[in-house]
Amino acid sequence: MPKILEKRLIRHPDVYYYKVEAPLISKKAKPGQFVIIRLNEKGERIPLSLADINPDEGTISLIVMSVGKTTTEMSTLNAGDEIRDFCGPLGQPTHIEKYGRVILVGGGFGAAPLYPIARELKAAGNEVTVIMGARSKDLLIYENEMRSLSDKVLITTDDGSKGIKGVVTAALRQELEQSGADMVMAVGPAIMMKFVCGTTVPFGVKTFVSLNSIMIDGTGMCGGCRVSIGGKTRFACIDGPEFNGQEVDWDILINRQKTYLSEEKESFETWKKRHAFAVCE
Amino acid sequence: MEKNSKKISPNKTPIPEQEPAKRRSNFLEVALGYAPELAMKEASRCLQCKQPLCVKGCPVSVPIPQFIRAIKEGDFKKAIDLIKTASFLPAVCGRVCPQEDQCEKYCTLGKKCEPVAIGRLERFAADHAMQTSENGRPEMVGHTGKKVAIVGSGPSGLACAFDLARLGHSVTIFEALHEAGGVLMYGIPEFRLPKEIVAREIELLKDMGVEIITNAVIGKLITIDEIMEQFDACFIGTGAGLPKFMNIEGENLNGVYSANEFLTRVNLMRAYEFPEYDTPIKKGQRVAVIGGGNVAMDSVRTALRLGAKEATIIYRRSENEMPARKEEIHHAKEEGICFELLTNPVRIIGENGWVKAIECVRMDLCEPDESGRSRPVCKAGSEFQIPVDVVIVAIGTGPNPLVPRSTLELALNACGYIVADEGTGRTSREGVFAGGDIVTGAATVILAMGAGRKAAKAINEYLMCE
Repeated sequence: MPKILEKRLIRHPDVYYYKVEAPLISKKAKPGQFVIIRLNEKGERIPLSLADINPDEGTISLIVMSVGKTTTEMSTLNAGDEIRDFCGPLGQPTHIEKYGRVILVGGGFGAAPLYPIARELKAAGNEVTVIMGARSKDLLIYENEMRSLSDKVLITTDDGSKGIKGVVTAALRQELEQSGADMVMAVGPAIMMKFVCGTTVPFGVKTFVSLNSIMIDGTGMCGGCRVSIGGKTRFACIDGPEFNGQEVDWDILINRQKTYLSEEKESFETWKKRHAFAVCE
Repeated sequence: MEKNSKKISPNKTPIPEQEPAKRRSNFLEVALGYAPELAMKEASRCLQCKQPLCVKGCPVSVPIPQFIRAIKEGDFKKAIDLIKTASFLPAVCGRVCPQEDQCEKYCTLGKKCEPVAIGRLERFAADHAMQTSENGRPEMVGHTGKKVAIVGSGPSGLACAFDLARLGHSVTIFEALHEAGGVLMYGIPEFRLPKEIVAREIELLKDMGVEIITNAVIGKLITIDEIMEQFDACFIGTGAGLPKFMNIEGENLNGVYSANEFLTRVNLMRAYEFPEYDTPIKKGQRVAVIGGGNVAMDSVRTALRLGAKEATIIYRRSENEMPARKEEIHHAKEEGICFELLTNPVRIIGENGWVKAIECVRMDLCEPDESGRSRPVCKAGSEFQIPVDVVIVAIGTGPNPLVPRSTLELALNACGYIVADEGTGRTSREGVFAGGDIVTGAATVILAMGAGRKAAKAINEYLMCE
């Protein structure tokens, strides 16, 4: 079982960085891919984007925000602990080539998977601009990392606590008007990616997105992650997760993401009760 | 009893079953199996034909009259030993084989009355051996020093591994999921095939020295080309795991599942025990399952056990053309499953993003098509709606592309299945063999097992004359 080598809190109180020992996966993994993990015998399988890949060290890095039962349970693991099931690399890697000028848009948490993508695009000779948005400055992650390898970093916050006040699409539009772009990639909440795609349409710029649909096996077997791309049913796990954003049926994706909201809540509440109980004892 | 036994009972000895009213709300096995007396009684119906036709109907040529005679004589150990010369998974096959199309179809007794219950007897022999903890570990020859990789731990991979390990080869199985067993674990429900049985068969393989590596997606983590650098031969048994959809309106609404997803959630992830287990499932009140095969029957009966008030099969042909095992259709009817036959869905209607109804059209059957089954055509103006909150699409699967896409020079047919010799499983790549659904398209457990065994024989010959 893969061992957690390093764990640190990167955004208080609920976003953790994990470095996991996974030599074989690290040799194959490419930016844009993901792993599926399961924490225990009764656990669910959840997909997690790769936040970094280090083949020399034989490690994979993940950034996980505690949003539900499994991610919160994961936050109770520490360096030295093992992850029961760790499967990957899954999905198609980001297509890396020299586009010219690229703009990467990361919504909140989406900055993490964008980091290795930005690095590869930079290495391929692209001029890389990163737009990172969050509701407030405390919710931003990976700013320093992004600054270290990008040509330009723009920060937007909804409340104006840092950078430009407003949403990422306003900054993106301004960038496109001023300097144009040869490729835009957005990673973040579906609704943000939808609006990014809307923003790039008039500029006719190629726009890629990474879709976070519900998955089980991650190998094309269940079809639960299906999305509608250009009117055709595609599986995010094997055909994606990256697609041409202009072709995505966002309403279907956003609706399907809500399938288990009540069950996810129930599962989390059950776990919290049990967990608190164990602590009290 | 013996005195009157010259007259053969025209009917199979009934197998004790859970009452339909009780079993429709639990996941425990439906058929409870023969006790030794019942098995011996049924075994005595066998005519012991000199030229047994039943064996010809068996894809793996189990020595049927011989093992039945052993049961009749009360030598159950001998019975299982005989079966295991041909079949590695008798506890599984006795439960899930379509016997009415295979061994039992050719049974001489079956010409005038009901055939011998060969499947039930096979199951009895296997279960009895398990209960008496004779795990059936076969005699194994010394190590050959040859290494074989097996991709996929479903029926074909397990059978192939069993034979190769027995012949002294070092066998490693790569499984993409977190548990070995393939469709036996994720697809076939507990009430038809208890997972404990599959787990025991897999334990036996491990006991024989077979290594099983889970969470290993071949084509992603390791390619076939890389496997061939480290192993002397490779068998691909990845199954037909890519669900087909109908491409009708509303198919992406919430509440629409592929049968694979629905069954995987329930069987592999144990969603029926949510929230004790994490993985959820929508428990529909009114569930429609589209399709007429075993997977459709498994899905509809699973939906019923999850609490559906009404669970309906929608199938475009008539019951005669249904590919499901007769016993499954019979059990489904007993449990109160509704059948909308000669009916085809045309669209799924939603409300606020969730399934609300399914619109169907009635069908007529015309002259047979290339599959040999009558071709269904729509009856104009016969559209009607069934209110449902969950729809399960069980219309078949296509080839999973992960291995084909990532393997150089592996010949595929027009549909994307791997081209492999029927008798040996040889592919276009030297040392690479394939079998099961990834070659034939969706078929049965026993056919996949048969393909795995044929390939094992060919792999052994290939390795030993290298």
